[in-house]
Amino acid sequence: MAAQPKPRIKVPKEAKAGEVVSIKTLISHEMESGQRKDKDGKVIPRKIINKFACEFNGTPVFSCDIDPAISANPYFEFSAKLTESGTFKFTWIDDDGAIYTDEQKITVN
Amino acid sequence: MKRLSVLLLVSVASISGLAVMAYADPVDDTLTIDDREMIIRAKAPKGHPFDEVLSGWLFRESETRATEADSFANPGMLAVERGEELWNTVDGSMGKSCSSCHNDASATMKDVGAHFPKWDAKARKPVNIEMKINDCRTERMGAEPYKFDAEEQVALTTYIKHQSLGTPVQIDLSEGEMQSWWEKGKELYYTRTGQLDFSCASCHEKSMGKFIRADHLSQGQVNGFPTYRFNTAGMVSLHNRFRGCIRDTRAEMPKAFSDELMALEVYVTWRGTGLSVETPAVRQ
Repeated sequence: MAAQPKPRIKVPKEAKAGEVVSIKTLISHEMESGQRKDKDGKVIPRKIINKFACEFNGTPVFSCDIDPAISANPYFEFSAKLTESGTFKFTWIDDDGAIYTDEQKITVN
Repeated sequence: MKRLSVLLLVSVASISGLAVMAYADPVDDTLTIDDREMIIRAKAPKGHPFDEVLSGWLFRESETRATEADSFANPGMLAVERGEELWNTVDGSMGKSCSSCHNDASATMKDVGAHFPKWDAKARKPVNIEMKINDCRTERMGAEPYKFDAEEQVALTTYIKHQSLGTPVQIDLSEGEMQSWWEKGKELYYTRTGQLDFSCASCHEKSMGKFIRADHLSQGQVNGFPTYRFNTAGMVSLHNRFRGCIRDTRAEMPKAFSDELMALEVYVTWRGTGLSVETPAVRQ
């Protein structure tokens, strides 16, 4: 998975007001822990996604700090109860400063 | 005011469960991926040592089984997406990508992966998808062949085999000299090797269903390769797995795509006749 990290999101397209919707996210990332050594005995530098956040129309839904024990391709699943239509915004922050984002719209009836 | 509440969070999971039983039957369960039911139990072909062939999925922990059943949670699908990118990427001196000739893989590669390895009349030996890709790259694209287990090779193979998801494995032994390669593969399967003096059959036939330490021994079917393994948090190709098994018996490992391993691939693929292609399967 040496390629550029790529997020995958699964959010229902529609929901009823007050319904609990399940949100699934996954991003391809090697999550190099910083504790491994290469063939020459040199430490392979740490490179992980250290923060993940999800907001809905600007309101935080879920966020977390991530530490090196988290395995490759981190997967998060959480739920939210919505009362209006809007956009989920997802953000992953990499150790090297890179920010990966994705958005997903949902219509609430 | 916006009302929004977070109800539940289920965090990252790749926890390997510990086996508690010394012997356990494969589970009685069904596997449905993207609304398509997989064939995970099939009547064995004539001459097979078992009555029924069983997918390795039936031998895994419930969390592992659930991960494969959900094509979103399945991290192997990342390799499928990567493979799709490669399929459409121009490479080599002739300015072609896979799709320049083969167009849309979901049509042209549908069910193709279920019938490999195949007899190659020109090479006078059976070839698998990895070799077929390299053949295309060198002969038609003017590109460098992928090195064994290059990230691109595994991803593209996974993508191509995934186009056969659900299709039963069926190889044609009547073509060319496939039958004699099958015989050779069978001989290798039953030959004890290495310091531990194990043959493939020691674990996957005689001890199928038993535990080797915490590992529940399956029939060693190959219908889900390339497979996502939690063990390495990455994709594992078939010849990588063959070599891993042989290494574990503390024997000399044949090279990937060598005649030995191709013969073994022919024979072992036949042993899984009738099972659905599960690529990318998820295993421990």
